[in-house]
Amino acid sequence: MRAQFVFGEVWVGLRRNLTMTVALIVVVAISLSLLGTGLLFVRQVDHTRALWQSKVQLSIYLCDNNPLSPQCTKNGPATAAQTAQIATTLNNLPQVVDVTHQSQAANLAQFRKEFAYDPVFIDSVQPGDIPASFQVKLKNAQSDAGPVTAAVTGMPGVDSVGNDSSILTNFYKLLDGARNAVIVVAIILIIAAILLVANTIRLSAFNRRRETAIMRLVGASNFYVQLPFLVEGMIAGLFGWLVAVALLVGAKAGLDGLQNYFPFHAQLTVGDLVEVVLVTMAIGLLLCGTTSFLTLRRYLRV
Amino acid sequence: MIHFESVTKTYPNQSRPALESVNLDVEKGEFVFLVGPSGSGKSTFLRLILREERPTDGRIYVAGRDLARLTNWKVPQLRRRIGCVFQDFRLLPGKNVYQNIAFALEVIGKPRRFIRKVVPEVIDLVGLEGKGDRMPDELSGGEQQRVAMARAFVNRPMILLADEPTGNIDPATSIGIMKVLDRINRTGTTVMMATHDAAIVDSMRKRVIELEYGKVVRDQSRGVYGQAY
Repeated sequence: MRAQFVFGEVWVGLRRNLTMTVALIVVVAISLSLLGTGLLFVRQVDHTRALWQSKVQLSIYLCDNNPLSPQCTKNGPATAAQTAQIATTLNNLPQVVDVTHQSQAANLAQFRKEFAYDPVFIDSVQPGDIPASFQVKLKNAQSDAGPVTAAVTGMPGVDSVGNDSSILTNFYKLLDGARNAVIVVAIILIIAAILLVANTIRLSAFNRRRETAIMRLVGASNFYVQLPFLVEGMIAGLFGWLVAVALLVGAKAGLDGLQNYFPFHAQLTVGDLVEVVLVTMAIGLLLCGTTSFLTLRRYLRV
Repeated sequence: MIHFESVTKTYPNQSRPALESVNLDVEKGEFVFLVGPSGSGKSTFLRLILREERPTDGRIYVAGRDLARLTNWKVPQLRRRIGCVFQDFRLLPGKNVYQNIAFALEVIGKPRRFIRKVVPEVIDLVGLEGKGDRMPDELSGGEQQRVAMARAFVNRPMILLADEPTGNIDPATSIGIMKVLDRINRTGTTVMMATHDAAIVDSMRKRVIELEYGKVVRDQSRGVYGQAY
């Protein structure tokens, strides 16, 4: 094995169809970085979902002086006995992990804290507007919400039940849609990259047909004949990947910047980025290597 | 060295076989001319020896190997024992004389020390002393063919196949080419040369095999080109 010879041939090959090589690097870079962005997005959505899901609660609002439901209007504010009864019912449900009673004052304080950045909004809410509530933490925020809601709805003293999940569901749909769009575009570009790799190798094989004819004639092994082309494809893939890494670091910064618009946010870790970068490298090398190899089998038969 | 046993080769989509029931033996160290009109099967013959083609029927043994039982990945091993020279030289235009010859050794993984030793030797053998750094387009046709012969011989093959090596070269220069082939033959290499050049065949007085329509119509030791049958 003479590495110097092989790399000499590779260098000549890459230089000879420079335009094609550059095009290949660019397409590989863009497709890998889009795919990587898609993967980062998946992780971001997962992190966010996990974070929010851990905070999701059922809020069971109790009747007060200005209730929403006809039941409360008829029966008046919840009595101490009714409140106790509701607490007992909730505690006995198997899906319930934790029940906290929050007074009107506590709810108002929390509201003021969470919306501290918007004084107009805070001023518009007067003490007494927000009813007292039970904050219920569920075992599984998605599936347990239904039965628990059903169990307490209609009980004397219960005004309404609010589920944080139902608000998030729509938001998740939006995130998932954006992620899917990125991945679809990435897949289309990867197909383009595969075709471009095949074409580059074919062109390269054509450019060097004299050399390969002589190599075959003097008895060079298939491995020796094909290796320069294979390495050529892989090196182009590797350069494309390096560009993609730079773009991915940028994409992570972008996603991090986006996070500041959300009150509760989960930042991607460096570990996430490294993982995605390694995955894209594997895909890039596999893509370029396999395509080169298959193309060579067609065009460099012994 | 080369043994053909009722070898028939028919190309796809052709009714007439390119070679038909050819039986032939070439011994080690022989010098053989292969003559016959265009399309008589000379090139097919050489391609079969190189295993660029497989026979439709019959058996071929080259250097003791049954070509039918040679797996694809062993074919390079066979070709390392066969040198090849063509009418159109087939030199690499971007490499000089030395590099063209060294290329044949580099691609079969020979160590650089070995290459540095044998390439100058073979340059001398074909009579190109001091021209190692010339580019092919700076050489005459005869000189280019000498480079091609050096490249074919540098790995000391057991067989040298020459497909009309003097086809593009004037008669005076051809004599020099034949001298080199003769010199190579004297080292013990079997030489098989397909040609149309009657003067050369007549002057060398070597074994002549004549093909016509894919059949051996004449096999003479010490023959001439166009003898009446």
